[in-house]
Amino acid sequence: MSEDIIAALKENVIQGRQNQDDEGIEEDMAGTPGVLELTQAALEKNIPLEDIITQGLTAGMQVVGEKFSTKEYYIPDMLASAQAVGAAMDVLKPHLESSNVETKGKFAIVTVKGDIHDIGKNIVSILLKGAGYEVVDLGTDIPTEKIVEYVREEKPGYLGLSALLTTTMVAMGEIVEALKKNGLREQVKVLIGGAAVSNEYAEEIGADAYCVDGFEAVRVLDGFQKSRA
Amino acid sequence: MPREGILVRNPYERISKEQVLQIHQAALEILRDPGMMCFNKQAADIFHSSGAEVTSVSPSDRSAWLVKIPEKLVIDALDTAPKTVKLGARNPDNILIMSGEEPRVYFISGSETNIWLDVDFPSYIKKSDPSTEIRVPEFHARRGTVADLCMSAHVCEHLETLDGYIRTVNIQDKDITEDNKDVNKFFASLNNTTKHVMSGLTSLKQLDNVINMAKLIVGGDEELRENPIISFITCLVKSPLQFVDDTTDTFIEICRRGLPIVVSSSPQAGTTAPMKEAGIMAQINAEVLAGITLGQLVNPGTPVLYGSVPVRARLDTLGDSYGSVETSQYNIDCVQMARFYKLPNYSTAGVCDTKTPGIQSSIERLFSQILVTLSGPQYLHCAYGLLDCNSVFCLLQAVIDDAHFQMIKFFLKPPQIDELNIAETLKQTREVVETPQKLYINYIRRIMRSGELSVPYPFEGDGDRDTVFEMAYNRMQEFLAKPVEHIDEAIAKKIFQNIPGLLPRLNVYEERRQ
Repeated sequence: MSEDIIAALKENVIQGRQNQDDEGIEEDMAGTPGVLELTQAALEKNIPLEDIITQGLTAGMQVVGEKFSTKEYYIPDMLASAQAVGAAMDVLKPHLESSNVETKGKFAIVTVKGDIHDIGKNIVSILLKGAGYEVVDLGTDIPTEKIVEYVREEKPGYLGLSALLTTTMVAMGEIVEALKKNGLREQVKVLIGGAAVSNEYAEEIGADAYCVDGFEAVRVLDGFQKSRA
Repeated sequence: MPREGILVRNPYERISKEQVLQIHQAALEILRDPGMMCFNKQAADIFHSSGAEVTSVSPSDRSAWLVKIPEKLVIDALDTAPKTVKLGARNPDNILIMSGEEPRVYFISGSETNIWLDVDFPSYIKKSDPSTEIRVPEFHARRGTVADLCMSAHVCEHLETLDGYIRTVNIQDKDITEDNKDVNKFFASLNNTTKHVMSGLTSLKQLDNVINMAKLIVGGDEELRENPIISFITCLVKSPLQFVDDTTDTFIEICRRGLPIVVSSSPQAGTTAPMKEAGIMAQINAEVLAGITLGQLVNPGTPVLYGSVPVRARLDTLGDSYGSVETSQYNIDCVQMARFYKLPNYSTAGVCDTKTPGIQSSIERLFSQILVTLSGPQYLHCAYGLLDCNSVFCLLQAVIDDAHFQMIKFFLKPPQIDELNIAETLKQTREVVETPQKLYINYIRRIMRSGELSVPYPFEGDGDRDTVFEMAYNRMQEFLAKPVEHIDEAIAKKIFQNIPGLLPRLNVYEERRQ
């Protein structure tokens, strides 16, 4: 029974079905339990959290990643699966907090001051959440002081800065400088992304990484995780 | 089920209704005075016995007549010319039915070039950085052969957007003569594609052999009338306003046999036609109407296509400039004239001035491919693979052109704006604004698997390098590796027994046995 739920969970992640109303890719799935319902059922059956995450959610995302790399899946498929996993992680969060299962850490993401573009930021959020990170979206056009204040108080392990415009990307450098001035730079890894920026720019302002897209953000963060371990 | 082609719902019209009438009237006036110079006695006699004023003139050492065609003959011909023409095919799913009143476009290859362009991809090493090696396409021109024609028909069979086949290359093998060229070019085409085959005729003496070959394929006389798997194109008129002797003979004989035929004229604005649009249009219209009139006098009801290949002169060489903007303007005007007469139109697009595939070639051909298609000609000779005007054919370019037409066909799909779609949109909008990310991505997964979305350019590479030629070349090789449905072995045997002049190497069944 437990195996059935875990197998169904994995399959529904592959199908990108967050809940029973979603259609998925295969026909005739609408109406059957989706990732949310199955996660709930798994908790009710007392299936270990680690099994739910590794054998259900992560195993499903791994298949999705393989399908994406062979071009069987497109980004919308990847996002649908990541969204489903992200929703499941929200359900699991209180249980994880009261258990010994280690999480991947908190990632705060923000579009910098003067910039309201957020498509890329939102996609990165979905993918990182789907990859098991706790994602906090601080919003768009956020002043540097507010970002510094958040880092000081909430202590995220990672900070993602997004900017589309060449006129607003300069705020990224200001944020890195402000973190230094406030003695916070060492406690947070700063990642930057957006059409205007590059690896060179990341080096220039002293960020830890530049990510060309959400998939690279997942790879970079997972890399940080490994080096920490 | 015949091929669908693509229906252009609101065809682009360049000239007004009043201008259409002005061109029509001017053409009738030209046919009355000065009339057509006719170098063909049969045609002169036919016009004379039908009431045209025919006077003998001798411009040189040839016999010639001046034929002044009265309006009534033209109007009567336009009455008897069928408004719907069926072009058959070996595979019934490839039949084309074109109505002069419906702007449904069929994309056709063509036309006959002397030069075949091969491509390979030699490697080059960067002088300043020997670790950098790139492959660059190199094109090599040579004279076309019957094997090339087979290869071209084979690939064209697999080009999704290509609806019918006009031979792309002139066969110039040593054992091809004027007496056996027609049977071999028709057989090479028919045996390698199940789509409709149109061609010109090199020798009138071969007409019946070609028709008999087609009859053997479809099963007889009546079957060929019902399913005309072949049709002809004749340039019986040479601009300005001259009936040519030999092609007019050919035209008359084809009309007598009742097979579909294109009455084609190709004046060049600036040399063999007036430079101004009004002038070339009046003249080409007069020339095509003169041909249609002759065809209907020979055999009322002969299925004809209003054939237009107008072109502007290049001022540096006085050669044709198919890539010029005006050439597309003239072609679109002709589409409108044919529609005014309710006759299916044979139009031209996609021919370029440049000699090799590349940026100029893509721009020139896509410019006219899009614009002329939007005007809604029925039979669009759209020059798959043609380069250097009508001189060079490159199979690789034909494969690239197929991608262009997939985009154009997709563009012309009818818009899906209706109550159902609006209701769905309103529901989605309400749902999306309530989500944190505010993205519609979740709704596109079903659509992207339904075929409703256009696909990315098929020859797009992964990196920064342009890989169009290499990827198109690979696609071409895939098409060549895919089999085609050859003419049935028993029928092929009969053809080789009964039709003289066929090259034994074209018999694929015998070749396989050896």
